[in-house]
Amino acid sequence: MSLDKEQVQQIAVLARLRLADDEFAETVDKLSRIVEFVDQLSQADTSGVVPMAHPLDVAQRLRADEVTETDDRNHVQENAPSTQDGLYLVPKVIE
Amino acid sequence: MAELHEQTLIELAAGLERGDFTSVEVTEALLARVEVHDQTLNAFVTVTGEQALAAARAADEARAAGNAGILNGLPLVHKDIFCTRDVLTTCGSRMLENFVSPYDATIVERLAAAGAVVLGKTNMDEFAMGSSNETSYFGPVKNPWHLECSPGGSSGGSAAAVAARMAPAATGTDTGGSIRQPAALTGTVGLKPTYGRVSRYGMIAFASSLDQAGVITRSSADAALLLGVMAGFDERDSTCIDHPVPDYTAALSQSLDGLRVGVVKQHFDEGLDEQTGAAVREALSVLEANGATLLEVDLPNIDLSVPTYYVVAPAECSSNLSRFDGVRFGHRAEDPEDLFDLYCRSRGEGFGAEVKRRIMTGTYALSAGYYDAYYLKAQQVRQLIADDFRQAFEKVDVIAGPTAPTPAFRLGDKTDDPITMYLNDIYTIGANLAGLPGISTPCGFVGGLPVGLHLVGPHWGEELLLRCAHNYEQLSTWHKACPGDFQ
Amino acid sequence: MSAWEVVIGLEIHTQLATKSKIFSGASTAYGAEPNTQACLVDLGYPGVLPVLNEEVVRMAAMFGLAVNATVAPRSVFARKNYFYPDLPKGYQISQYELPIVEHGELFITDADGNEKRIGITRAHLEEDAGKSTHEGLGQFSGIDLNRAGTPLLEIVSEPDLRSAQEAVAYMRKIHSIVRYLGISDGNMQEGSFRCDANVSVRPRGQEEFGTRTELKNLNSFRFVEKAINFEIERQIDVIEDGFDVVQETRLYDANKDETRSMRSKEEANDYRYFPDPDLLPVAIDAAYIEAVQQTLPELPDAKRRRFVDEYGIRADDADILTTSRSLADYYEDVAAATAAEAQGAANFIVGDLMGALNKAGLGIEDSPVSAAALAGLLDRIRDNTISGKIAKEVFEAMWAGEGSADEIIEAKGLKQITDASAIEAIVDKVIEANPGQVAEYRAGKDKLIGYFVGQVMKETGGKANPGQVNQILKQKLG
Repeated sequence: MSLDKEQVQQIAVLARLRLADDEFAETVDKLSRIVEFVDQLSQADTSGVVPMAHPLDVAQRLRADEVTETDDRNHVQENAPSTQDGLYLVPKVIE
Repeated sequence: MAELHEQTLIELAAGLERGDFTSVEVTEALLARVEVHDQTLNAFVTVTGEQALAAARAADEARAAGNAGILNGLPLVHKDIFCTRDVLTTCGSRMLENFVSPYDATIVERLAAAGAVVLGKTNMDEFAMGSSNETSYFGPVKNPWHLECSPGGSSGGSAAAVAARMAPAATGTDTGGSIRQPAALTGTVGLKPTYGRVSRYGMIAFASSLDQAGVITRSSADAALLLGVMAGFDERDSTCIDHPVPDYTAALSQSLDGLRVGVVKQHFDEGLDEQTGAAVREALSVLEANGATLLEVDLPNIDLSVPTYYVVAPAECSSNLSRFDGVRFGHRAEDPEDLFDLYCRSRGEGFGAEVKRRIMTGTYALSAGYYDAYYLKAQQVRQLIADDFRQAFEKVDVIAGPTAPTPAFRLGDKTDDPITMYLNDIYTIGANLAGLPGISTPCGFVGGLPVGLHLVGPHWGEELLLRCAHNYEQLSTWHKACPGDFQ
Repeated sequence: MSAWEVVIGLEIHTQLATKSKIFSGASTAYGAEPNTQACLVDLGYPGVLPVLNEEVVRMAAMFGLAVNATVAPRSVFARKNYFYPDLPKGYQISQYELPIVEHGELFITDADGNEKRIGITRAHLEEDAGKSTHEGLGQFSGIDLNRAGTPLLEIVSEPDLRSAQEAVAYMRKIHSIVRYLGISDGNMQEGSFRCDANVSVRPRGQEEFGTRTELKNLNSFRFVEKAINFEIERQIDVIEDGFDVVQETRLYDANKDETRSMRSKEEANDYRYFPDPDLLPVAIDAAYIEAVQQTLPELPDAKRRRFVDEYGIRADDADILTTSRSLADYYEDVAAATAAEAQGAANFIVGDLMGALNKAGLGIEDSPVSAAALAGLLDRIRDNTISGKIAKEVFEAMWAGEGSADEIIEAKGLKQITDASAIEAIVDKVIEANPGQVAEYRAGKDKLIGYFVGQVMKETGGKANPGQVNQILKQKLG
């Protein structure tokens, strides 16, 4: 199945990706080819097959409820593009 | 004595131990080579010369004080996907162009604790998404065997650095073949361990259920040495398994006698370059002539491994890469109009074309109305493929075949069609889907370019793989070949 | 009876009282400086991974057992994908298809006083998001991720609730259970216990549900009731005006007492849930469940029944006394320490003590009058040292920290007059002073006895034993 522009635009919004115009056209084409390629999966008979989410069949290990982390805010925020008073800044969010 | 840059880790370790040279001397020699050759190869994103020399001095002092760790003073390089404290960690992306990690990945920590000296961080496909190193924001890496060819990817910088003798060993990551394929294309040894064998903590995630850290070296013996240090339980990674770490080096001394080697019919079908196939068959006959038994095995669903992978990996990556939003770290667009604009432009500018494509593929595969047809279906086919391997390993100890369908291809040759590029990993992806260990070791040349023999083992079968590859290396000299321009 | 039937389901988010976060070792303490309790895992840093806190599993299992639910032998964490600044990874780790708790129930008392079963569809574990602040930052919002990764148990009810009152009763029941279990402090001001309500109406008798709206931001029992009642009226008006209710999320504004639509300018959400590949399935075996079962405390319903059976107190008092474990414990401590009747003790606690606590805004844990001290006071009523009326005065002094009941009675000279001859003298005086009333009484106006008692009490400053006064009066007026 190939994808149309509208679908690709919708996916881009969902994924929060701005694509330049030429990039957009190329994406429609290549994404369609990828989707057509993976469509061969539909040939496989998977009735009754348990989906595999992990390569190993093991259970989650649990961690003791202990506070092990100390404050490293100033060091960590050296990577932050915009902060004030320890807060990460974003354009105003209105609810 | 061989020149310092020609020596393997084990040879360097012996020399250091004998006092033939110091770690500072080795480090200086290799840094000098990087200085000269990396302008051509572009294998490094960051060279950490000062830190390397300081670590080398510390290693020399530790040795003098009788406190030498198992890797004391031995140089290596890290793929730039591993977080290294207070050192640039880019993951080959504009998104992380200025990202200085505040912490060390577990394997970075373990290798350093054993005394290793880190020369720098290597170039890679952006976020490990690629098979040619051409998706790196920092430009493609050149193949030391042919400068117009790709070294493979995504661990292309690591492979090229080891092949060109700028470092004896490198770390890498393998999600669909990203260690083994570049190893094959550069004439080096690439080991991808069992999923859960090595901690993923501090390794920037591409596809969490497929990613595994491993090594690129110039011998299986060196790979065994490094794996012994890297492997093992890590309480910071829920998917890292508490399974005993054997003495991998001890496994090397076992012969091929009685080893059952499976050969997959489909791996020699159309799509495989004829001369590459011939080199691999020749390698198989060497194994057979020296004690191994060849048996045909069937992996009936293996042809679906690439489409399965291209649903599962993008689905996971679309979610894993959502954290790059321009707020806490990474690229942020200038003067955003609003929050939506901040997200869309920061991500649109920060990610390259292939990464965006995969995020979108994955977003699509998980979205309402398509989840069952794509994501769920792919997880079911993944189970079928894993089952095929489970059944095969009831009959054989390892499965052998080609690592990649062709030798190194020219840069730019496969960038137009994503599918052609994806099919490069056709022989390696199955191991990732099933969580199995795999190794590629050099087995010949086609048109002056190296090709690799690929071995896959059952879960926790690293010893079998290392034993088999090491024996083959004792019976051949392909892994010792050095590209002409980098003698 | 209204022509409309209301259908409500609640989603309650309760913060689990762990020391560290659900997937990281950062502290969950409330009120720290911004982002000082947000470690690399909470910040969604590249390369870091979640590891599950064992306490949250134990707490969820406890809750499951407490509401007679199934604790899943295998539950799975999933990612809920959406972009928002308070959600650092771009996804929330939650449980979707396989939650840890399913098919539970509890019982509330409906408007007719009957017991009503409310089904609990599921309870699942998830991580909380951070907080945005907007003040003093110009055109920006500031993000504090200290709360990100705090463990939550989301408890989802069946659409079994039929009025705002029932919704509140259910919510109170859950609140009391989680506090009994010690798995949450239930602090609503700090957001440790909050609620979303799905509300719809349908013509009475219709089987299929009406279109529902989801009300958010309900962080007090009062708001839940007001918001739901407002929403019911709004939906009925919409339908009666000939329009359709729109399925949407609405925010309750406590200041205006109204709900309003949260119109998102972005696309409809598509959360793209899928199993989190960084976390493995959580396995719980029978032995684990058995061990947790052993640690379950007596729960509110059982305790209430026991209070009625064992102490013989009224059901409505038992209800109130068992709303929290500490109040129930307090009551039991008093009952054990006093010779007074259990119902008398209950009356005093429900009336005087709780009145004083509520007025002062204190919890039972902070009561200035201890259970032992209160028992001392009740004993003095019991042995006729003081009357019930004087007891209130003594209690006020105890509340003010003036000493024990005995000390205050002694110091203030409040001891009841029980000496018959002393009371007789006063009665004689009163009879002498009121000849008219005496005549009327003797002529058959029995009600006047109250007047005489009042006069005697007035003379004695309230200290005469009322029973004795009555008896002597009747005898003398006879």
